[in-house]
Amino acid sequence: MGYVTVTGGQTAIEEAEKLLHHYRTGQSSHPLHPETIEKQMRLLVDRIMGEGGLYAPDHASLALKQAEGDPAEAAFLLRAYRSTLSRNFYTKTVDPGEMRLIRRISSTFKDIPGGQVLGPTYDYTHRLLNFSLREETEEDFSEFLEAVDIDSEQVEQTPSFKKVTELLKAENLLADSEMEQEQEPVDITREKPAFPLSRSARLQSLARGETGAMSALAYSAVRGHGKVHPTIGELRVGYADIEIEYPGRENESLYIGETMLTEVETVNSFTETINNQAGGLNLGYGLVFGHNELKAISMAVLEHSLATEGEAPVHDEEFVLLHIDSVDSSGFISHMKMPHYVTFQAQLNRLRKFQEEEGGKPEDESRKQ
Amino acid sequence: MSPESSKRFRVSAYNFGFLDEGSKREIRRSTLKAVAIPGYQVPFASRELPIGKGWGTGGMQLSLSLAGSRDTIKVIDQGHDDSVNAVSIRHLIQSCTQVEMTRDSQAASLIQSRHRIPEIPLRKDQILILQVPQPDPLKKVESHEKKVKQLHADKDYKGMWLHLYEDISQWGDISISADYPSTAHERYLFAPSPLPRWDVPKLNHSEALCLLGAGREKKIYAIPPHTQVTPLAFDDVPFTTENFGKASCKNCGADNVYLDEFIDDETGQKTYSCSDTGYCHQRMAERRIQ
Ligand SMILES: [Zn+2]
Repeated sequence: MGYVTVTGGQTAIEEAEKLLHHYRTGQSSHPLHPETIEKQMRLLVDRIMGEGGLYAPDHASLALKQAEGDPAEAAFLLRAYRSTLSRNFYTKTVDPGEMRLIRRISSTFKDIPGGQVLGPTYDYTHRLLNFSLREETEEDFSEFLEAVDIDSEQVEQTPSFKKVTELLKAENLLADSEMEQEQEPVDITREKPAFPLSRSARLQSLARGETGAMSALAYSAVRGHGKVHPTIGELRVGYADIEIEYPGRENESLYIGETMLTEVETVNSFTETINNQAGGLNLGYGLVFGHNELKAISMAVLEHSLATEGEAPVHDEEFVLLHIDSVDSSGFISHMKMPHYVTFQAQLNRLRKFQEEEGGKPEDESRKQ
Repeated sequence: MSPESSKRFRVSAYNFGFLDEGSKREIRRSTLKAVAIPGYQVPFASRELPIGKGWGTGGMQLSLSLAGSRDTIKVIDQGHDDSVNAVSIRHLIQSCTQVEMTRDSQAASLIQSRHRIPEIPLRKDQILILQVPQPDPLKKVESHEKKVKQLHADKDYKGMWLHLYEDISQWGDISISADYPSTAHERYLFAPSPLPRWDVPKLNHSEALCLLGAGREKKIYAIPPHTQVTPLAFDDVPFTTENFGKASCKNCGADNVYLDEFIDDETGQKTYSCSDTGYCHQRMAERRIQ
């Protein structure tokens, strides 16, 4: 008999996967090695680790390879992998003031203790396509290394500097803030925090946010849809040691590795009061995995906006924090591709009923509850 | 990192049910709380899964946290066992649990579904898991979670009543077609997930436990067996379900079921078939035997 319906989901999925594999390999003769991505797509890898909430450069590189370089897909792969890992330890508090810096600038003071360290930045490069990179060879790599003679030992030993905001604090220029109090931080990956969020929950949400979404919102805040006009007190990029409590031995630490972090502290006008407190400068804080300055600055702007009352979207924590997560937003936007046959049928049914009624036709014998 | 890791998802590298045991336990705890307070949305720290948020991660987390080796699981989407998303979810559940999968709603101990409840009434030894995109019906009238939580606590649902009233004054009837706001045991207003109106009465005094999971919104709620489920309605504008007139399924002839509508490419004629394909297949098989 002629039974037909939309079946074959299994076959369709398998064939689609084959095609995807075909497109991913790009019919290229050189498979892209994850290590190449890790070493030469450094900023993308850092971005993925931040949005994926997992500091694992090799996993992030693999995710990028698997996802054909799509940042949303790659961050998603990392997050899903993260769900399978059991939580064994909590690290000790990391003090970014102790970071071994590769870059450190301040827009508030020309002279800062230790000086400004420009470090690796695109800020002052001219954005001209460099066509010679097309022909770059392994020899070019080694020749460059010999010529510039960057002593990696010396890079490793870069000293740590006192933070700029410490200067302001010492001068008594910072507003008193209740936020300064030490508190056991919540863990947003282990409990759903209730609104209004604690500051630690806000910071965690922001730290995992999507770079583009956050810079768009931060941009709106400084462009007039918000009451913030910050200056960057300090932006620092460097390596921070990660330690856990030595298992079984109290008050002893075990070094388990290092993470690269970007930290930004913005200084905001004393007229922008937090919790109606006046009388000093207010800080905005951003701290993200890897080298991602755009996101760290955006985070500091948003963190301060959320602590400030106002009518603009950036002052509404539910609006900001519930819409910057890349896995949430990309997931829900793409879910619209799924079938909605049943609900659409239900909608048609309603529409037809309303049209019939308008046309004066008698109502059919609907099932009444 | 090994080069083979890029080739295939190696199931053996993952825990039973994908999530680590601590996470599964936490989800079950939230589920127990949800069962204890019918219709109340219990917050939980939703995990990321290998499928997209909005594609059934809430339902999946319930299934994965509850699945044991003796379970038999059925997965449907739009009532359909074979639609791509159902296939994808079924494949993932199976590959990380190895439990038996079925298309027969009566053989299943767990049924994960999106947008439908099977036509054959469920039994008390079965659990229905519904995927939920938007767990809070009050989001229609108040967009902030902080305020919505207060409204639920105060049982302050006048915003929703007003919304329905305005709807009637504009359209002559309530225009909500799916995800019809209902109350659980005369207390919490809840979203039954985008079920058509047709399926909402099936929740009322159901024999089976119904769990609803919203992954992206990080909420779990439940309609335990024998819970009174009441769709919001006015005395003079009662709740009605979809009406397919005299139409019946072109395959099995069923006429008291939710139907999918098809337009014939050539003749342009409208035909119908069961939305619940498992039910339809079963009826066809029975007919052949007779
Ligand atoms: Zn049928």
